[in-house]
Amino acid sequence: MIDLKAIEGITNGSEDSLKQYLRALPPVDQVGVEARTAVLATRSIKNASKNWAIDLAIRMVDLTTLEGGDTPGKIKTLAAKAVRPDATDPTVPSVGAICVYNDMVKIARSQLDALGGQHVPVAAVSTAFPSGRASIEVKITDTKDAIAAGAAEIDMVIDRGAFLSGQIGKVYEEIKIIRDVCGDKAHLKVILETGELVTLDNVRKASYLAMLAGADFIKTSTGKISPAATSPVVFVMLEAVRDFYMISGQRIGVKPAGGIRTTKDAIKQLVLVNEVAGPKWLDPSLFRIGASALLNDFLMQRMKMRDGYYSSPNYVTLD
Amino acid sequence: MRIDVMKTYKLFINGQFPRSESGRVYELSDSKGKFLANPAHGSRKDLRDCVVAARAAFSGWNSATAYNRGQILYRIAEIMEGRSEQFVAEIVAQEGVTPAIAKKQVAEAIDTWVWYAGWTDKISVLNGSTNPVAGPYYNFTIPEALGVVAIFANGKPSLLNLVNGLAPVIASGNTAILMASEKFPLSAITLAEALATSDLPAGVINIITGKTEELVSWAGSHMDIDAIDASGLTSKQLKQAQELGAENLKRIHSFDGKASPLRITSFMESKTVWHPVGI
Repeated sequence: MIDLKAIEGITNGSEDSLKQYLRALPPVDQVGVEARTAVLATRSIKNASKNWAIDLAIRMVDLTTLEGGDTPGKIKTLAAKAVRPDATDPTVPSVGAICVYNDMVKIARSQLDALGGQHVPVAAVSTAFPSGRASIEVKITDTKDAIAAGAAEIDMVIDRGAFLSGQIGKVYEEIKIIRDVCGDKAHLKVILETGELVTLDNVRKASYLAMLAGADFIKTSTGKISPAATSPVVFVMLEAVRDFYMISGQRIGVKPAGGIRTTKDAIKQLVLVNEVAGPKWLDPSLFRIGASALLNDFLMQRMKMRDGYYSSPNYVTLD
Repeated sequence: MRIDVMKTYKLFINGQFPRSESGRVYELSDSKGKFLANPAHGSRKDLRDCVVAARAAFSGWNSATAYNRGQILYRIAEIMEGRSEQFVAEIVAQEGVTPAIAKKQVAEAIDTWVWYAGWTDKISVLNGSTNPVAGPYYNFTIPEALGVVAIFANGKPSLLNLVNGLAPVIASGNTAILMASEKFPLSAITLAEALATSDLPAGVINIITGKTEELVSWAGSHMDIDAIDASGLTSKQLKQAQELGAENLKRIHSFDGKASPLRITSFMESKTVWHPVGI
């Protein structure tokens, strides 16, 4: 949990001072960001580094299922996969966490514990995910409910309507309230839903706003809106956490989610992390990738690196 | 005096015409040893891209109705007809035959394609059955497409061999990766141009040009290829494909140059259903 004392003094929490602070942030050079991410995307990764990156990325995966059709059976399968992603290969590490809807947290937690996955936390999406359209009372109850069921990480959504219409104070207050509800029992990830924020300037402002309000992680998207975790967006967020560390001495994590489906995409993200935020962020405690299909691609790539020929989806479990 | 606009010969992957990812080409000579073209020298990653495209296209193509597949196959024949002159010219240059013989080959190739188009909605009648069983069940067997099939259709007559390799494989709902003949790849490249302008969904047929020797080992070991039409391979290459393909039990078949419904059924598997009577 981050030490809020360290960032006191940057703003006094009033809407005016927040607005003033966010207005003073330098604007994002969109063309520059796109050019830089395009260059970084072409970086060649040699085999030894690739092996290392795949295993690191597996440890960073928030294995996610957020569908209306989720069943207890599906959650149990997911939990098993989180602990031992490849049943035939014990050298594959466990994933970073599993990410489910609130009512599935209990099932996920007990299944993980039963399978020896005590080290795998359960993340719950909260605060009227994915739209965030509910009263603050409902959001508080939602969050308390998830924590009581055993969630160690809370993925909350911000009120994008309020943010876009300039009610910065409202967004800030909501994050702060949920931060207090989480206390030291749960990690707080704040979902900005960058696909709805329109500009990179807004992404930068929302990132700072979430960090000032006490987020442990800032997360790109719910996965329900496209575009989601594009490279420029992740780039801007990584810059924000790096600069925020300079100001406050606090390291905030970043979690891209949505649209990362291949090992290649994931490794590109890791290159961004290393180049923008620095190698300190190459750790599951500061960088996570929200994904579901991606894990199977990691496993197939791992088999390919091990066996020397391309594998097939027939040899990994269905999600 | 006009400078000729020369064609860049490319691959055909997922409905598009990319260059080889490796940037390589190889030199192709005509039947008299004169320079003819620089086809792409496909790499292992190109083949991987083909497999990914073919796998992604499989469910859509396989679930299209047999009637619809037949219509699309027929449409391909229509487009090939419009390109006959180009096919003839390339066959003459590559194979060193007379224009009359080349013309005959093109006509036969198109007719054969139409013949296979007719088979799409008949093959399950021919190869499926209701089976007598000693119990209160209806028992029936239906043939289903295998998945992704790699095709080696080398040698002369180049276009006819391609048709006999490709059409039966996709008629039943498989998707295909064609390894163009190393010596006579132009027919395959021109066929790709016909395919791209027909109604064939992207990824159902992917075409890669390059060295057969390399392609055999890559295709043989790729775990997401379900079967190989090895008609165009030498016995040594066939043996290599069989050894590598054993890892995931690939079906590997070779055929003579004749059109036959056996070429369709060889790349299908049978599903038997037991349906209780009286429920």
